Amino acid sequence: MTAAPTETAPPLPDGPESEPSYLAVESGLWSWLNTRDHKRIALMFYVTVLGTFLLGGTFALALRTELLTPRRTIMDAMTYNRMFTLHGVTMVWLFLIPSIPTVFGNFILPIQLGAKDLAFPKLNLVSFYMFLLGLATTVGGMLAGGTDTGWTFYPPYSDLTPTRLVPVLLGIFILGISTILTGVNFVATTHMLRARGMRWSQIPLFVWTIYGTSIIMLLATPVLGMSLLLVGLDHGLGLGIFDPAVGGDPVLFEHIFWFYSHPAVYIMILPAMGVISEVVPTFAHRRPASYTAIAASTLGIAFVGFFTWGHHMFVAGISTYDAGVFGILSMFVAIFSAIKVFTWTATLYKGQIVFSTPLLYFFAFLFLFVFGGMTGVAVATQSLDVHWHDTYFVVAHFHFIMVGGSVTAFLAAAHYWFPKMFGRMYSERVGLLSASAVFLGFVLTFLPQFLLGNMGMPRRYYSYPAQFQWLHVLSTGGAYLLAGALLLTFTNLALALKWGEKAPANPWGSRSFEWLTPSPPPKHNFRGAPNLDYSPYDYTMTDEEAHARAGQ
Amino acid sequence: MNQLLRTVLFLPPQASTVAQGIDFLHYSVILTTMFGATAITVVGLMFLIRYRARGPFRREDPDANPPLWAEVGVVGGLLSLFCLWWVIGFMQYVKIQVPPEDALPVYVTAKQWMWKFAYPDGEHTISTLYVPSGKAVRLMLTSRDVIHSFYVPDFRIKQDAVPGRYTTAWFEVKEPGVHLVMCAEYCGTNHSLMRAQVVALAPEDYARWLAGARRDAETSLPHLVTGGPPGETTPVPGGLPGPIEDTPLSVEEFAPATPLSMVRLGTQVAGDLGCLRCHTLDGSPHIGPTWAGLYGAAVPLATGETVLADEAYLTESMMDPLARLHAGFPAVMPSYHGLISPGQTAAILELIKSIREVPGRAPAPVAGLAPTLGPPPAGAIGQEPVRPLPVETLQRVPAPPDQPLPAEQGLPPPGRLPNPPPRLPIVVGGTPVVPPAPASTGGSSP
Amino acid sequence: MPAPDNELATLGDQYDSLETQERSLELGMWIFLATEILLFAALFALYASYRSMYLADFKAGIEHNTLAFGTVNMYVLLTSSLLAALSVSAVRADRPRTASWLLGGTALLGAAFLAIKLCEYWRHWQEGSLPGRYYHDRELPTFGANRFFTMYWVMTGLHALHVTAGVGVVTWMAVRARRGFYTRAVHARLVIGTLYWHLVDVIWIFLWPLLYLS
Repeated sequence: MTAAPTETAPPLPDGPESEPSYLAVESGLWSWLNTRDHKRIALMFYVTVLGTFLLGGTFALALRTELLTPRRTIMDAMTYNRMFTLHGVTMVWLFLIPSIPTVFGNFILPIQLGAKDLAFPKLNLVSFYMFLLGLATTVGGMLAGGTDTGWTFYPPYSDLTPTRLVPVLLGIFILGISTILTGVNFVATTHMLRARGMRWSQIPLFVWTIYGTSIIMLLATPVLGMSLLLVGLDHGLGLGIFDPAVGGDPVLFEHIFWFYSHPAVYIMILPAMGVISEVVPTFAHRRPASYTAIAASTLGIAFVGFFTWGHHMFVAGISTYDAGVFGILSMFVAIFSAIKVFTWTATLYKGQIVFSTPLLYFFAFLFLFVFGGMTGVAVATQSLDVHWHDTYFVVAHFHFIMVGGSVTAFLAAAHYWFPKMFGRMYSERVGLLSASAVFLGFVLTFLPQFLLGNMGMPRRYYSYPAQFQWLHVLSTGGAYLLAGALLLTFTNLALALKWGEKAPANPWGSRSFEWLTPSPPPKHNFRGAPNLDYSPYDYTMTDEEAHARAGQ
Repeated sequence: MNQLLRTVLFLPPQASTVAQGIDFLHYSVILTTMFGATAITVVGLMFLIRYRARGPFRREDPDANPPLWAEVGVVGGLLSLFCLWWVIGFMQYVKIQVPPEDALPVYVTAKQWMWKFAYPDGEHTISTLYVPSGKAVRLMLTSRDVIHSFYVPDFRIKQDAVPGRYTTAWFEVKEPGVHLVMCAEYCGTNHSLMRAQVVALAPEDYARWLAGARRDAETSLPHLVTGGPPGETTPVPGGLPGPIEDTPLSVEEFAPATPLSMVRLGTQVAGDLGCLRCHTLDGSPHIGPTWAGLYGAAVPLATGETVLADEAYLTESMMDPLARLHAGFPAVMPSYHGLISPGQTAAILELIKSIREVPGRAPAPVAGLAPTLGPPPAGAIGQEPVRPLPVETLQRVPAPPDQPLPAEQGLPPPGRLPNPPPRLPIVVGGTPVVPPAPASTGGSSP
Repeated sequence: MPAPDNELATLGDQYDSLETQERSLELGMWIFLATEILLFAALFALYASYRSMYLADFKAGIEHNTLAFGTVNMYVLLTSSLLAALSVSAVRADRPRTASWLLGGTALLGAAFLAIKLCEYWRHWQEGSLPGRYYHDRELPTFGANRFFTMYWVMTGLHALHVTAGVGVVTWMAVRARRGFYTRAVHARLVIGTLYWHLVDVIWIFLWPLLYLS
């Protein structure tokens, strides 16, 4: 059940006359730190975001442990408040937003376009170092005590907080610059470096989603930067831009902040949808049920997603008219995701499906993303949101999407592209086991939180009324299980780096363009300029015919 | 069925009049969510089994796509369903946001980390909001420092309390009982301890409570908060067990032994802070617009527009008086921002509301507030009042020549402590009396 | 005379032709400019919100503002943009030294803008028209005027930071032009630098009426 359907694969370009892989072509630390190769930069990002994932996860375990009892368990209130703030900041800006784009986008996008590198390789390296600088600044802020405002930094509390807010704000600002530079690179590459013959209607779906993500990154991140700058001025210099005592309006901050932060969640999910859009056709060995639907709905999400931010503010004091407009637009943006889900499922219809770890992650994604997305429609329903706003229901909703959706897809990508990136195969058995454990741990952690929210448990609560305790205990148990499952997953992959069996160029029998190259690819990805004037999902050809057509 | 679903979904009791309708929508949405997620996964798994690869790779059949009508049908159906939910949700939301006309007002002030309630009849309470069951109650919320949020799960209502403005919420409790209130907007270290309770009393009990029989009302219902020694557990209607040691962390004020009605308090404040130097209560013209007949009237502005004199406009006129200046009056009123507490502001509002029917200006028909009384009586603007209002102790006095004009005083200097307002002499029965200096930090008076 | 390592020698591996590389650079800069516009857009939106809340005070604040300084600065920036555009024409006409002088003029005018701005800020300081909690202008003691001047300081301050960065970029380009780094065939890096300068100018064109014209 785990082998690809048998077909004659072309011989591996393994002879002495073939190029060394990008890993072997140069050695030494400086060749990595000063590289322009998008693949090496992707790996450096990979190591970094795994570290930030671990950091954010540690904050999560700390706060979930504190929540085991209704009163103090292991820390005091101020520390707890810092924990959830730093968990949010780390997971949103240090992990989720960069994750799939900087690791898999950097590695795979140029190859999928038939290019030798991104449009601006030096800028890519700058983007990596800016990320490190932002990371260092933010972590420095954390070590100096961190802040307790929540990752949303609402004034006036962010003006009044005795914690050190400015280092964290500065760190995120720098991270935003890194994001913008990455976005510029991806958009320019997609426009200018497509292989000979590749039309927009033939670019891989992963590229479409990275493109859509980049548009959002470019248009939304500057507004975040501005909101952080203004809060920083208020806190650090006492300017009072949002201070009612001098005529300011704190609700205006909410508008500016959520104008970025709502599209930000699409930055976090669109690349995940791109990964799924690659995994499903590959393992079903057929083309997507509707390429146009997935590409167009990507642009739809990117566009409409900018006009829905007010659904975070239904009880903030906005008018019922404004609330109504944001409510209906939020319903529309959900439809684009529904189109994708339908298309992915329909892609399994009349396929030749081979079950494997990435596909198992797809099924986990399918259930969790639909459940999470529909609860998103639920909280967009205004009268219901009045009860749910700022409760654990919302926390559960966004974790279903971000962990059940984005992290699941990140793990799917980690397994799917592992052979291509490292030239090795991981243990399929452990892969299936760890994927199942991740799913179980996740459900145990976050399903009880929907019930907590219904009961009325507010979020960001250090102590809580005793009737909420047993659900918190369940959730914390799940968190530990999830943490263990994630460790198992990454250990499996880490061990495979050294001990996995060598991978062929195309272990999954995919027609997507990156599988035309050796595993791992040479520095310039392709032999000469590939001829990619056909669809990457054309399973009417055999693998041999595809290689011949592409001239590889 | 309702109770079954409510229990299965862990929803609290439906204690308010809107709760059940909201829950019905809730059931529809959540059950569809669970069904949808399960159904699509099951379909996917069925495809996985039915279409698994058997044997070597075969070229794809180019026609193997599900029909277009299926996709359009599913997506169209979903969109219609979402729009239906939006319509119902929006209608319910409007109902939650807009208080009924005859709702009893209560002023709520949130501050780190407690809730304070003030009633027009003069009661001030901390942490416990007494309301009559079976009647609509309208909350006017504001905050003294950061954004808080007033959340009562049993009622399915929530509203942010924002500093610098008033927001409204309303509810009608179906039956007597006690209900937990929690702050739902992160506000600092003790955010999770910022709790309160709504005690709904039968109307006759409520009347007794208002009349001063608070002690009886308190002992007949157990408390969730602010009562009993630490660690003691008290059974509570609605089945919410738990320790009741969650006392608010700082209790600065206690309700006065003899509560002062807000109108009387407002009159006192208006004198203390010098409002009555320029504003009259009986309709006679003076430096500033008279307060008689002001509430609910259409005020012509210097810019030519007209604005409704509601709580928001009147509060703004105290905080930023030159923003929307009444036509025909000089721009000399100083700002009272930082010099007047929310409680005092509310008291002045109640005072102004209490004389809304005193002839002072031509009444204009305005939707949403009390209807007018018909053609203007003889005491309209510019004419002698027919029945002088018995203003008890305070009369107007021209400003002494050595006092600086209000416009020159400017805003308080930067920093959190504003300057105290000028101590203005007030004539009481013909003898000038300098009133005691009001509180200099805008935080410690009621 | 081509300089030792001019653009011709540095065609990136990922590009199949110099023309593609040039066009990529320009596309990249246009995308970056879009992000700068969004950065200022947030401030314009904030300005619009406060202006709708305090319209009369904003008008009073505008009248109270230093129109002469602002208008002179407007002309300074417009002229500097003209010189920058002419420098690109000069390079296209094979006159890199002229381009270098023109760019030097642009940088100088940019510095003049900043000097005038500093004088203006000094005047505001003396009058007490400082941002937020530091505001103590006796002639306009209202909240709305406070909001106006707070927005004024934040918006012109951020713009001035961009002008400073722009002066650096233009000076750098002036030096490189002098050394022949931009030729008629290969000068995208000059174009993108001047594009940035034009954006800085355009932002002032929007700031000026909002902050100075009543």
